[in-house]
Amino acid sequence: MTTSAFRRHLVSRVMTVLVVILSFTAVLALVLILGNLIAKGASSIDWAFFTKSPVPAGQTGGGVANAIVGTGIVVGVAALIGVPIGVGAGMYLAEYGSGRLGFLVRFTADVLNGTPSIVVGIVGWTFIVKPTSHFSALAGSVALAILMIPMLARTTEEMVRLVPNSLREAALALGYPRWRTSLKVVARTALGGIVTGCLVGIARIAGETAPLLFTALGNLNFTVNVSQPMQTLSLQIYVYATGPFDEWHRLAWASALVLMGLVLVISLTARWVTRQRYGRIR
Amino acid sequence: MTSPLRGRDRSDHIYRQVLTGFALALPALLLIILGVLFVEALPALKRFGPSFLFTSTWDPVAEVYGAAPMIFGTLASSLLALLIAVPLALSVAIFLTEFSPRWLRQPVAFLVELLAAIPSVVYGMWGIFVLIPFLRSYVVPPLKAVFRWTPFLQGVFYGNSLLAGGVILAIMIVPYIAAVSREVLLAVPTSQREAALAMGATRWEAVRSAVLPYGRAGLIGAVILGLGRALGETMAVTMVIGNRHDIGLSVLQPAYTMAAAIANEFSEATTSMYQSALMEVGLILFVLTVAVNAIARVLIWRVARGAAVGSTAL
Repeated sequence: MTTSAFRRHLVSRVMTVLVVILSFTAVLALVLILGNLIAKGASSIDWAFFTKSPVPAGQTGGGVANAIVGTGIVVGVAALIGVPIGVGAGMYLAEYGSGRLGFLVRFTADVLNGTPSIVVGIVGWTFIVKPTSHFSALAGSVALAILMIPMLARTTEEMVRLVPNSLREAALALGYPRWRTSLKVVARTALGGIVTGCLVGIARIAGETAPLLFTALGNLNFTVNVSQPMQTLSLQIYVYATGPFDEWHRLAWASALVLMGLVLVISLTARWVTRQRYGRIR
Repeated sequence: MTSPLRGRDRSDHIYRQVLTGFALALPALLLIILGVLFVEALPALKRFGPSFLFTSTWDPVAEVYGAAPMIFGTLASSLLALLIAVPLALSVAIFLTEFSPRWLRQPVAFLVELLAAIPSVVYGMWGIFVLIPFLRSYVVPPLKAVFRWTPFLQGVFYGNSLLAGGVILAIMIVPYIAAVSREVLLAVPTSQREAALAMGATRWEAVRSAVLPYGRAGLIGAVILGLGRALGETMAVTMVIGNRHDIGLSVLQPAYTMAAAIANEFSEATTSMYQSALMEVGLILFVLTVAVNAIARVLIWRVARGAAVGSTAL
């Protein structure tokens, strides 16, 4: 009896320790990756890195100004396309989504959320690059928007559902039409959460590479023309990291650090925005 | 009296129509993706039929294509990733819901969520320059010393391999599985734990006999969701798996995945049959991930009743 109790407590203790060790192994991976990024990337970041475009292979120096601006444009245009559709679909799910169509939309959103990004890339290629027969930043933006829409629909729905029904009822009781209630009261109240969802979505697509391989393609030169091929940080990292030159590897680490910093800043801003309003709930 | 009311009805009606239009974009998107892939893959589908799935020849010059090595590599790397990721992710979820002191919960959950924020291409680069040298120096030699007799560790380890791909994938899917599992475990009523503890169970016994069985469907859903992610992951895998059309049991050898093949070869695909074959690879990948995700969602929904579980981490 006592030996079995002892054994059971020993097992409990051992499993607890094992769970703790495995949990910290998972966190360790993150610490290692961020540590490596800073250790290998930080020394290459200087003024020229942000202001110059790349120099021909083999030479040293140069920067990634074209890729930084390109990332901003490609992601910005994607957000312009994706945010209205995604947020609109989310509002539908929250306001009218209790029926059969709501179920269908919710289910497709969840399924689309897991779509491989490379598949979206070749669909974007078929739709825009193939008919126009040249690569363009716009095609990349469309591909990224497709990735963004299902995510935004679900987060918007979730945030709008947090709005207490009493607010909606109060507005309707005051004679507000339904659409005004929805936009001016419900959406307005959930705005912080919706903005957070959008920022998280933008942070995620900012790091995407696969959908851009056959759409935005990449470009060694500085351009702001969305009908031309355009470089992004993610494409630049891919080319440089898999290339043969040490100089490229150096720039790849630095670019990765900048991209990671960008993604982190957007994610942290997103958290901060939510904290303002939903600090208690989340 | 009636006219302003009718105006209001109409504006409400328009508002609803507009939102419905946005919402319909999602099912439309699914159908469009499926349709485009199917139409583009049609020449390959007609020419090769089901043999596309089972043959291993991939010869752009002779225009003969069989995707068996990629399908094998996709499944093998994803299963290897699950093998590594599931214990880690479930530990994180159990730790956060059952064992962690209160003050540690938020920081650990946040750090694990950050793992999901790292771009795939950054994982790939880290894999090339940090993980592969680490595997070569510290992991493969002891593994070989112990398991050399199995078919899984044959041959020389050059770096780019099924093993590297599997490990990178594992690190990448841990946050997804952990976030969803955590929400599933949080949904387990406290009374379940209390009942087990009141019966004299130790803390671990309470977790094993009361908490985990209660959330089983959701946990399986979480793992399948992670599998869906792993199947479709592209950049990181492309950069470390070696990209060789070959079926082998050894994890030390290069392999290929469907996503990697598209990423690598699509821009080189000069003939229409080559393109069509890659589109068919995309079609197979898409159908596979949709099916896997649908199964995962059904399992998770059964536990969480329609909430967008895990979306905070995505």
